Amino acid sequence: MSSVQAHLPALQVVLPLLGSLFAGFVRREATGFALALAVSWTAAVISAVLLWQVLQGGPISYHLGGWPPPWGIEYRIDLLNAFVLLLVAWVGAVTMPFARRSVAFEVDEGRQGWFYCMYLLCLTGLLGITVTGDAFNAFVFLEISSLSTYVLIALGRDRRALLSAFQYLIMGTIGATFYVIGVGFLYLVTGSLNMVDIAQRLGSVPLEQTRAVAVAVAFLTVGISLKLALFPLHVWLPNAYAYAPSLATAFLAGTATKVAVYLLVRFFAVILAGSPAFGPLQLADVLLVLSIAAMFVASAIAVFETNLKRMLAYSSLAQIGYITLGIGIANQAGLTGAIVHLFNHAIMKAALFLVLGAVFYRIGSVKLHDLAGIGPKMPLTMAAFAVAGFALIGTPGTSGFVSKWYLAVGAFGHSGWLLVLLIVASSLIAVVYVGRVVEVVWFRPPSPLAETAREVPPSMLVPILVLAGATIWFGIDTRLTADLAGKAAAMLLAAVR
Amino acid sequence: MQAVQGFLDHYNYVVTIFLMVAGLYIVIARGNMVKKLIGLSIFQTSVYLLYIEPGKILGGTAPIIDPAFTVYSNPLPHVLILTAIVVGVATLALGLALVVRIHEAYGTIEEDEIFEKDGDT
Amino acid sequence: MSARPETLMLAAVVIPFAAALAIPLFRRAPNPREAVTLVAAAALFLAVLSLLPSVLGGARPEWAGVTVLPGVAFAFAVEPLGMLFALVASALWIVNSIYSIGYMRAHDEPRQTGYYVCFAVALGSTIGLAFAKNLFTLFLFYEALTISTYPLVAHHRDAEAMRSGRLYLLLLLGTSMVLFLPAIAATYVLAGTTDFAAGGILSGKASGALLTVLLLLFVFGIGKAALMPLHFWLPAAMVAPTPVSALLHAVAVVKAGVFTVVKVIVLIFGVETLSASGQSGWLTAVAGITVVVASLVALKQDNLKRRLAYSTVSQLAYVVLGAAILTPISVIGAVMHIAAHAVGKITLFFAAGSIQTAAHLTEVSQLDGIGRRMPWTMGAFAVGALGMIGLPPTAGFLGKWFMLAGAMQTENWLAVAVMVVSTVLNAGYFLPIVFRAFLRAPPTPEPGHGAAQERAPAEAPWPIVAALTATALGVLALFFLPDVPLALARMTMGR
Repeated sequence: MSSVQAHLPALQVVLPLLGSLFAGFVRREATGFALALAVSWTAAVISAVLLWQVLQGGPISYHLGGWPPPWGIEYRIDLLNAFVLLLVAWVGAVTMPFARRSVAFEVDEGRQGWFYCMYLLCLTGLLGITVTGDAFNAFVFLEISSLSTYVLIALGRDRRALLSAFQYLIMGTIGATFYVIGVGFLYLVTGSLNMVDIAQRLGSVPLEQTRAVAVAVAFLTVGISLKLALFPLHVWLPNAYAYAPSLATAFLAGTATKVAVYLLVRFFAVILAGSPAFGPLQLADVLLVLSIAAMFVASAIAVFETNLKRMLAYSSLAQIGYITLGIGIANQAGLTGAIVHLFNHAIMKAALFLVLGAVFYRIGSVKLHDLAGIGPKMPLTMAAFAVAGFALIGTPGTSGFVSKWYLAVGAFGHSGWLLVLLIVASSLIAVVYVGRVVEVVWFRPPSPLAETAREVPPSMLVPILVLAGATIWFGIDTRLTADLAGKAAAMLLAAVR
Repeated sequence: MQAVQGFLDHYNYVVTIFLMVAGLYIVIARGNMVKKLIGLSIFQTSVYLLYIEPGKILGGTAPIIDPAFTVYSNPLPHVLILTAIVVGVATLALGLALVVRIHEAYGTIEEDEIFEKDGDT
Repeated sequence: MSARPETLMLAAVVIPFAAALAIPLFRRAPNPREAVTLVAAAALFLAVLSLLPSVLGGARPEWAGVTVLPGVAFAFAVEPLGMLFALVASALWIVNSIYSIGYMRAHDEPRQTGYYVCFAVALGSTIGLAFAKNLFTLFLFYEALTISTYPLVAHHRDAEAMRSGRLYLLLLLGTSMVLFLPAIAATYVLAGTTDFAAGGILSGKASGALLTVLLLLFVFGIGKAALMPLHFWLPAAMVAPTPVSALLHAVAVVKAGVFTVVKVIVLIFGVETLSASGQSGWLTAVAGITVVVASLVALKQDNLKRRLAYSTVSQLAYVVLGAAILTPISVIGAVMHIAAHAVGKITLFFAAGSIQTAAHLTEVSQLDGIGRRMPWTMGAFAVGALGMIGLPPTAGFLGKWFMLAGAMQTENWLAVAVMVVSTVLNAGYFLPIVFRAFLRAPPTPEPGHGAAQERAPAEAPWPIVAALTATALGVLALFFLPDVPLALARMTMGR
């Protein structure tokens, strides 16, 4: 038992990988689903145990193949990535029961087995990026998750799904390559790929080489920002989310961009900790400006979007803006807000996209006018939409409020009322696009499509209700979210000083 | 004169940067999807060079401990780039597969024509 | 009853929400569905009632809850003011439910299941608001109350209902988000807590202009108190079915508003702090203007429900006025008036709905002689009207008496003048209705209608009549037996 426990960091990644291989060989829909379900839940349990271990005994360092760092690949789990692991694994586990019917409905007959294969591969990649302490290893996992994501998107039935997948492939590869260029420069300067080691060595880098570090920071930031869809590097995201199968959208919206955000935080912490290069580049200010632009521009587009999947995609861009805003603020409260919003937003967005998946399952459309009057027909599902929507706005009592509170406190400490006002004002735009949907869905006379809609079966309903319930739960009980995020932020900031 | 000297001293970087920018340019400027993928491959190839060049030391050998040799090339970049090449191949293969599917669905692989066809929806 | 007060308190908050979950299970069977509502209402009232002796005995049950943000918890605690509010709301839920059943069935309204669910959620929010331990928890239930009553306001789903619903939602949510929430945040920053405490938590923490700004944010952020110029959502919300209007005007919504205002003034600012600072003169003026202007507007309304709506605006301002006078005795008056107005106004709305149901009349000018056909209804209406005007032997008299005494004591002549003028105006818009109903001859029936049928007693369905008779008796009972509310009101002020 204890030997299994010692290898949990590796198992976290290896299990989904093996599952994916197996699903690829069998290629049967039922086996694939069973496998995906079992692996997702095992991974979720492992992530919980890992978090518990980190809380008990501090950071875990796992040497892959027995090679000690900095030569071998180190899996290093501290509070921050244990928290993100928990998020990724649990979003996967909770959404998985939804998959069976949704995938059967939305993916062509012969390809359903592949869906589960690719889902598990994507899970592998995302968990891998999070768990690893090696910069190049992170690149490999980044590409594993990206390649499987392209396939997941292309599995959508609409032909535009293919086009979105291709566009994402181009953008994603450019982003990943930028990332690897950045890592290359860091390697040239420090001779190491281990993140902790890089941080230490950067501290003793001679001043004439800081230009190389600055170039590295620039490449890394642009590369990762492409992956996390920071405005204006976001153009791949709305179409990818809109045309992918519903479950893939829900899963990716909850995890993929979040893991990229994690990577950004991690690198900023590494580089901030060791090098003065962050200062002259004014990266924090750039991030602030872009984040505010995202909060307003993307929200404004969402107001006029009638395809609800695209609307939520644009809302995601705005919400990512909040997260990067917190990173740019870079004080205790701001960073806490960023990390906690990373978690909270993942849950609320997964819930919202699952609701759209349920609606699509019943009426085959996610256009706003087709959803008119569907509320009374699918009351629980649409109530979940309203609850998660309120969380998106940041209504007190929901998880969104907790994150925005920390962001506002951080913003106030950073530059006073103006930034706080911007946060509040952009939330008001969310009131418009969420309120519009809620009103049409609940109070319009039913559209011809909505007329015949019924509540979805429990296997789809329960994940939705669990996620929507979680947005309320984490709005009231913040011991798991805000406390952990606060500790993680304190840890990062302590490394800076 | 000194500028030329510096240029020649770092000619390997010049090649790397040229490939990098050329690849990126093709990706952005071409509407044909296969050409885009070619550009993407060139772009990725430049990164291989970026890693490998500094690892190679003139006169160095593979790092096998032997009293006859004292100068070794760094093996790590080679290993890394082997992995990166695999990733690059996988990306290219997936990209081409997508292009085939797009051709089946739209009957063309020119981006502007595809946008036109989707314009009516 | 030997349950611990803490358990009773939490049960009171949970019961309505549990009912909201149970009601949809019976959506195909109206009778069991209504039974769920009635049982929940009775259980809630019992729970609140069994809480009463221990609170009167000085116990202050608390549930520490969970910490949401550092220093901000989701927690409950009972204090006398909240106790009184919960008592009034839970008692009126029973009668309102009985009335609702009669009204909704007589009008054959659609979407009744959703209606009862929203009603239960609204009641649960009201109780949660009454028992909130701090401003944060109160705010949560304040917003929940707004959101759960929005579908009720927009119940008819036609263009007008949707427009009013949108106005209702935007105004109440907007003011609370833009003004109320920042006020709470500022309080938290200044005092380090948002817990309610006797004597207030801001004494020594804020003074001068800051205090004024904060008071402004609170008073206008609590849009439910309907102080002018933020009152117009209330008349607009009259498109809702009559029991909903009763809920808005008497049981929950506007009462939650003035309750919050009083609670903020007494337990956040502290009466002494505010009166020492001399920063609240404008509040007396705003409340006074609202009292008089709303009464004047009410005089001109021919639509009965609109007239009642403006009367509510004016009566709510009374409560704020009582609190703004800032003497213990006037605050006691304000608290008494919350209860008195609740019972009185619900009677009036029940009567208006009864007339609408039985005689299909909505305008004051149509009511000639209606008292002969609907003696119970108009009798109750007369009692409710006396309560609004503040004449003995009705509940309204006591509240006004205390407020007047407070105003005299502080030599606040503006407030005294407002009360005198408004009493005259109240009489001016209520008494003509009563005269018209009982003393004018009914209109000569149009040809084709049977004259005998028009004149015969034709009361509304019995649940409606029973409900409005019960509340009318309540108006009188509160005058003769004011011990409990008075004791709670005194305890609020620590006497």
